[in-house]
Amino acid sequence: MMTTRAESKATLVDIGIVERFLVHEARMLDEARYDEWLELFTNDAWYWVPSEPNQKSPRDTVSLIYDDRRLLETRVRRLMSTNSHAQEPPSRTSRIVANVTFDASSHEAHLVRSKLMMVEYRLDGQRIFAATCFHRIVTAGDTFRIASKRVDLINCDAIFEGLIVPF
Amino acid sequence: MAQITIDNPSDYPVDRLRAMVQPGRVHRALYTDQRIFELELERIFGSAWIYVGHESEVREVGDYRATRIANRPLLMVRHRDGAIHVIHNQCAHRGTMVVAGDRGNATEFRCCYHGWTYDTDGRLTGVTLPNGYPAHFDPADPGLAMAKVPRVANYRGFVFASLSPDGPALEDYLGYMTTSLDDLVDRAPGGELEVAGGTFKHAYNANWKLYLENLCDAAHPLFVHRSSIDAAGAQPDSTWSDGSGEIAIRQMRQNSAPHSFWEANVGIWTYPGGHSFLGDYHDDKKLVGAPDDPVFREYAAALEAAKGADEASRILGVRRWNSNVYPNLSFMSQFQQLRVVHPIALNRTVVYTYNFRMKGAPEKMFERTISFANIVNGNGSLVLTDDLETYNRIGSGLSSGGTDWLEIGRGYTTDRHDETGGRRGLNSTSEIYIRNMFDAWLGLMTGAPTSDHDGAINGSAANGK
Repeated sequence: MMTTRAESKATLVDIGIVERFLVHEARMLDEARYDEWLELFTNDAWYWVPSEPNQKSPRDTVSLIYDDRRLLETRVRRLMSTNSHAQEPPSRTSRIVANVTFDASSHEAHLVRSKLMMVEYRLDGQRIFAATCFHRIVTAGDTFRIASKRVDLINCDAIFEGLIVPF
Repeated sequence: MAQITIDNPSDYPVDRLRAMVQPGRVHRALYTDQRIFELELERIFGSAWIYVGHESEVREVGDYRATRIANRPLLMVRHRDGAIHVIHNQCAHRGTMVVAGDRGNATEFRCCYHGWTYDTDGRLTGVTLPNGYPAHFDPADPGLAMAKVPRVANYRGFVFASLSPDGPALEDYLGYMTTSLDDLVDRAPGGELEVAGGTFKHAYNANWKLYLENLCDAAHPLFVHRSSIDAAGAQPDSTWSDGSGEIAIRQMRQNSAPHSFWEANVGIWTYPGGHSFLGDYHDDKKLVGAPDDPVFREYAAALEAAKGADEASRILGVRRWNSNVYPNLSFMSQFQQLRVVHPIALNRTVVYTYNFRMKGAPEKMFERTISFANIVNGNGSLVLTDDLETYNRIGSGLSSGGTDWLEIGRGYTTDRHDETGGRRGLNSTSEIYIRNMFDAWLGLMTGAPTSDHDGAINGSAANGK
């Protein structure tokens, strides 16, 4: 079987293990287990959904979401609360994670690229989001942690109503 | 372009429009009636000065950017003579939108359909197959063009356009609100602003008027923003932040101020024409940790070096929050934010938000502008999303029709005149800024001067003290 260069570099860990981790992450979000989702991140993690294609930085350009760990914790606390009007009633989501590949891999971290399709339903409205996700995954004991996650929506510069559920 | 036909309103006679705006209340039809919406497009957005962009967005000859007045696509263009023109994005031939992109630089505009070409001031320069047309057709006729919007004016870099050839000059229209635009510009040590850092475009399914009606509403944060107030309040400050989360959390916590704070400390000022601002509110110390914060100190030092200690102190002493220019512009100076509200349909509104970089300020100040934009204007904001939800619910609720009148009377009996020429609430919890917008609404919709309504809608202010 042919192996691509990226895959051959990535023999440090089986791509299937990483894929199972991403599927688990998607499940935490689909099941609104946001506190368990947060536990998947490192203590100095950031989570980023740019507002422009090929956006270089979250510092000099606005982002649909840019959370450092402190704001991510606040976001999750709000999502878990019962008094967020924008989640009353709550959204239901269904995510498919696919095309998982390594962009780079080392003993320190795996840079993982994947495709995300998310369908969100709330109050008679259904929306579809498609994105390329970039996870920086580090090993923590016998498991993984997300050090950073970037979600490039194909329509990142569209007109949106509120985006409440993380991708 | 549609002429304003004040004397011959098609569906709503003037007295009927007047009857819908009463002391301290308005009829729900103002938010739910398609004919009123169409009249608003014609009489309000068809005549008022509407913000269309900032001169920094079209710095070079040939620079253009797409803009709009309500649902009309327009282009703001820098012509080779240096003037900024605002032209309709519509081909004179068959009506095709000539430019599809958001921004760019062009030496001419060419229609994709049959290749008619236009100069950057909208003048027609080329007609394909100009043969056999009837006598009325003259390519040299200035009316055959990407038509110019009749009036364009610039106040300190902020470009406004009016679809009406007649009406007050821009500075007269803005009135005292020029001081809020001054506040925005004066904070730049280099005396200039540039639009930077991208754009948010957020939408909701309800009437356009609701947006500005919420921006000086001191009573809503404790309810609408409860979830983010509680979440930010419980957030340990020991958790790692690169600075952006810190700015956001400060803002969410500020929303937790009790109503007694708004009653005791904050003011609301309103001006003829529907304009308003919330004053004596924002506080550098609370929002950016100034003056202990090194970035703010560096900025303040740059401002002082450029303008002198007294002037810098005066500038930083202006403590306005949202300043609103009727009918659809809102901005705030401390974090260099600007929002433009576009009515798209009766129950569909789109809001574009922009940031400014202050010339001569440390780049870290702009990073804070971005962090602040994300939390107050971002589509994924923990704050804005609850506002958008509320607008949607108003849109849904109003269609129920359980009651015909919407109450906007809070503070009605205690509003008063202000020495700066406007009217103000006893404190910031007064809904005077909404009543003031309906004064302007009635003036534009019926063609009567605003002062005629000074008594109809407001309480003690109307008694002429």
